[in-house]
Amino acid sequence: MSNVLVLPVLIPLCTAVILFFFKEKIRLQRGISTVSGLLNMITAILLVSRVHKEGILTLEMGGWAAPYGIVFVGDMFAALLVMMTAVVSFAVLLYSFQSIEEKRERFYYYPFFQFLMVGVTGSFLTGDIFNLFVFFEVMLISSYALISLGGTKLQLRETPKYLLINIVSSTLFVAAVAYLYAAVGTLNMAHLSQRIAESGQGGVLNVIAVLFLIVFALKAGLFLFFWLPGSYSAPPPAVRALFGALLTKVGLYAIIRTFTLMFVNDPGLTHTLIAWLAAVTMILGSLGAVAYKDLPRILNYNVIISVGFVAFGLAAGTENALNGAVFYLLHDMLAKGLMFILGGIIISAAGTERLSGMGGLIKKYPLIGWMFFILTLALVGIPPLSGFAGKVLIIRGALDAGMLTLSLIALGSSLMVLYSLIKVFRLAFWGNEPETELPKVNLRGATAVAAVLVILVIAMGIGADYVYDYVAQAGEVLATPDIYIQAIMKE
Amino acid sequence: MELVMALAIGILFTIGVYLILSKVLLRIILGTSLLTHGVHLLLLTMAGLKQGAAPVLGDADSYVDPLPQALILTSIVISFGVTAFYFVLAYRSYQGLGTDEIDSIKEVKE
Repeated sequence: MSNVLVLPVLIPLCTAVILFFFKEKIRLQRGISTVSGLLNMITAILLVSRVHKEGILTLEMGGWAAPYGIVFVGDMFAALLVMMTAVVSFAVLLYSFQSIEEKRERFYYYPFFQFLMVGVTGSFLTGDIFNLFVFFEVMLISSYALISLGGTKLQLRETPKYLLINIVSSTLFVAAVAYLYAAVGTLNMAHLSQRIAESGQGGVLNVIAVLFLIVFALKAGLFLFFWLPGSYSAPPPAVRALFGALLTKVGLYAIIRTFTLMFVNDPGLTHTLIAWLAAVTMILGSLGAVAYKDLPRILNYNVIISVGFVAFGLAAGTENALNGAVFYLLHDMLAKGLMFILGGIIISAAGTERLSGMGGLIKKYPLIGWMFFILTLALVGIPPLSGFAGKVLIIRGALDAGMLTLSLIALGSSLMVLYSLIKVFRLAFWGNEPETELPKVNLRGATAVAAVLVILVIAMGIGADYVYDYVAQAGEVLATPDIYIQAIMKE
Repeated sequence: MELVMALAIGILFTIGVYLILSKVLLRIILGTSLLTHGVHLLLLTMAGLKQGAAPVLGDADSYVDPLPQALILTSIVISFGVTAFYFVLAYRSYQGLGTDEIDSIKEVKE
């Protein structure tokens, strides 16, 4: 029992409720959000260090022992993701102060932001599959509000589609839970894992597994990503950063959790399917990233490529590959947050979203240009930056498992990431300045936020050995589900 | 009883999918609403349509499983909220874009 587990959910929840009372006092809202963000980071770091020392923490809600009550489970994987969420969302929050217009701030931007955090961290920490659905919905409803907030024509065009996709996938989620409950009679994930192993994961359970895969793939943008590039282009840059860094990662987390804990008995079917979905995602994502000429779409397709990459690590399934998937997921949250913040800075500096209207920004904004360059290298996986260790581990694990073709596709997608982002770097920062004058904007605060994230990206790369210590603890639980089950069922 | 429920669920899903595939935003929303109703019935049926007394209170030979009802209640509340939001959004889209036809919404430029 450890009450620290509920704090990462409780702090943003209370903050959101408090913020509702100060609709017109934007400065006060900002202040409260900042304090709560700092608190959140501190508790998350505390959580990680406790899990590191004591192993998996559990919290039984209302004292009802598992499998009857709802449990919160803090294994290293969840704790690390909660910490990264706290860090990235804090950076995005600071970036919002400068980039979100006042009318949006006045209409409850900050409370929705906090509710989104509740949903994201809750999804990471819960150990009950129906509770996962509830936290998914909390996250999605806040994202509906954030994506439509402001009511520009583009937003009004994209939001109904985004809603429809997510409602249909949530419906399938409930249906999958219903089938699962009928088949094995429990909803606690650890208990589910035991029961599924006992019953041998036959035909019915495989169908349920694939149904879950469809649901989570829709949310993560794994293969079923057709909605993502359009929807994520609609809201302002700060919201894009939040979505790109966090939302798809929650879907990925759910895929990794279900397919390392529950549906592990027939990897020939499920994991092969994930592997091919990952490969197709990487190929199509690469095509999109190379083909488009407006900045938001290029960045969105880069999100899709990395989703494919992490899923590929899961599909390989060896301990190395799982460690790599955890490492790469952490790196990707940080790097994608940074990428969208830099993208937002570039757009407001150039005054346009189209690459053809940009050029010569390096003269006026050399720091931003070089930060973007470092980020590109990190995303491609050049040592000593943060993307390197994860990529090496995933590829090595995949080669151990004998997946040569897929490894080549994964490496090829890295090249396409390089090509697409260097294209942005070349067209936006080099070349001739456009004839129209650049808009005069104050980007100092946003640049400072981006600089801190760049330092974190470099630090995570240089300190990879130190980070690996934690990542390996997370990977161990993923590779041996028994540790997770023992911590909850206590037999 | 299961057969009747299965047919009802099937009909709800059919109508829901048909409405979602139509071109007017309002019909799509009604479609999602019917779809969630269908899935709630599915949850109830899949957990077993038992005959028995209410759990915890008093003695009886058999009890009803209370969990599916709790799940359905949660899911109903969520779908109620989402549907309400969707309606407001549809109205706002109609105000902002001047149409509720999917085809003409698609052609809206920034």
